[in-house]
Amino acid sequence: MTRYLARRLAHALVVTLCVTAVVFVLLHMLPGGPVRASLPINATPAQVAELTRQYGYDRPLHVQYGTWMWNLLRGDLGFSPQLNMPVRDAITERLPKTMTLMVLGIGASLLIGVPMGIYQAARRYQRSDYLLTGATFLSYAAPVFFVGLLLIDLLAVSFRVFPAGAPQGDSVAEILSQPNALVLPVATFAFCGFAQWSRFIRSATMDNLVQDYVRTARSIGASERQVLWVHVTRNSLITIVTLLGLHLPTLFAGAVIVETVFNYPGMGLMFWQAAQNHDYPILLGVVLFGTILTIVGSILADIGYAVLDPRVRLTA
Amino acid sequence: MTIRRRPTLRGRDQAAKPEMVSEVDATLTGPPNGQRPEPVSGTWRRFLRHPMALVGLAVIAALVAFSFLGPLVYRTDQVHADLAQSMLPPSADHPLGTTDAGYDVLGRLMVGGQASLAVGFAAALLSVIFGTLYGAVAGYLGGVVDDVMMRVVDAVLSIPPIFVLILLSAIFHPDPTVMIFIIAAFSWLGVARLVRGETLTLRTREFVQQVKMIGGGPVRCVVRHIVPNAVGTIVVKATFEVADSILVLAGLGFLGLGIQPPDTDWGGMLSNGLAYLQNGAWWLIYPPGIAIMLTVVAFNFVGDSLRDTFETRLLRR
Repeated sequence: MTRYLARRLAHALVVTLCVTAVVFVLLHMLPGGPVRASLPINATPAQVAELTRQYGYDRPLHVQYGTWMWNLLRGDLGFSPQLNMPVRDAITERLPKTMTLMVLGIGASLLIGVPMGIYQAARRYQRSDYLLTGATFLSYAAPVFFVGLLLIDLLAVSFRVFPAGAPQGDSVAEILSQPNALVLPVATFAFCGFAQWSRFIRSATMDNLVQDYVRTARSIGASERQVLWVHVTRNSLITIVTLLGLHLPTLFAGAVIVETVFNYPGMGLMFWQAAQNHDYPILLGVVLFGTILTIVGSILADIGYAVLDPRVRLTA
Repeated sequence: MTIRRRPTLRGRDQAAKPEMVSEVDATLTGPPNGQRPEPVSGTWRRFLRHPMALVGLAVIAALVAFSFLGPLVYRTDQVHADLAQSMLPPSADHPLGTTDAGYDVLGRLMVGGQASLAVGFAAALLSVIFGTLYGAVAGYLGGVVDDVMMRVVDAVLSIPPIFVLILLSAIFHPDPTVMIFIIAAFSWLGVARLVRGETLTLRTREFVQQVKMIGGGPVRCVVRHIVPNAVGTIVVKATFEVADSILVLAGLGFLGLGIQPPDTDWGGMLSNGLAYLQNGAWWLIYPPGIAIMLTVVAFNFVGDSLRDTFETRLLRR
């Protein structure tokens, strides 16, 4: 386990280094170079020259990379002139709100997807199974933004049940204090997510139903209900943990789009606005940050899997 | 609640089972196993036996005809804005209404479909060609080369694509050609992994060993023997890849970072609809949204049927 972890961490470190190099190259590929990127559009040539010297952009590239990495290690991701705040502060302000949205969205999609998958496995190859499979096909094919628009059109414009805009505010508490406005963004997330869980749980349950422990459980008199919803489900759920860790990139994609549709003040909306305004320090900072989160997520997924399932032994 | 046991739980559908038997017979009596891919006609016939495949193919054909031949029949001006005709609901003149710039939505759906389908196909093709070669080379050479090549894939895979896609679209002025490369830049990774896995098993098979023994070089092995034998996996992946590429293009278009006006794609049309949704302009969102879903479902139907036909071990859906 320790050896495995050490190897995984070393691997993660190499990947992170690669990504920083890529981001650094991108920073220098930007139109006008990194200085133009961090200045307003109407900056004078004198200002550009001044900043170039100040930030050391006239020095050789490897020296610059070293300095940049050193700043990165100290947690300095650069400064966004357009938001007039350090990139790090911008991210730490927005991230908790995005996390809130993602957690609620995943929670809702699991609540729909998991029971649905188990039910489908129990009714496999019957009409109800095929019907629900059709529903998952729809969910796979429906782009997140179209679902969001549909929900707004139906539930906010035609029938004024929920507001079309997401809750606004600076803190998670403020966001959570407007549950009415949270419904549509979370529902969009849930609709686009439940299919993968239900497909996954369906096949995991079907695999588990032919295992020896199920026969044992039946032979000692467990009811079918108990076998299915207790013994099998516990084993099927373990692998969901792994899946959750590996799904961070998909979740980020969902967050960016849901936040854009509903104007939810999270990291995704900030990223999108930065792309519109060519605010490169924010763009690159979020890319780097998202990547590190993804790597951490996949490591946590592996560890979680081993902790939850004693049959799994991680070996280097 | 009763749970009936079936002899094989892993079979995807029962209809496929008799065919599996006949296929075993064919390989027993036919040419030596793995020597060359099955005759195309047999594969084709098995593929067409899936009703879903027919539905999917028909929908795709209809959408292609609609987008590329439709404008020849239904002529509209999709270049010059006409503000006198702005935001009209569906009527006899404009069956699907008009946009804020006065474009006819039905005509725009055709033009947008051209971009969505063309970019989707092209991006899938590019990513499959590159990914296949990359994966086959890595798998065939093995050792340190394979290690380094696959670590590169791992590294790129751990960057959330959405962020880089948006970043690249913000840096480069996105025209359709650029979009093809931006989308393919991420989708080849999955193909490469898949083909590498396939190559790892294929390269140890007798027929590849024999090619090596009679003096066939690595290029010959990969191009003539390994890739053709992995073609089932590749074709299935490619089909899903088209659907995914169309979705990615639509997503970027929706975020306003895709193909720029006056050109458009279905995602761009939806983005335009978002601004007027509060005014009740439903005709701006339903046509492109339904078009996207139809396309994606159709390609998934075809992909699923192809997977059953080739019986590849693809893990998806």
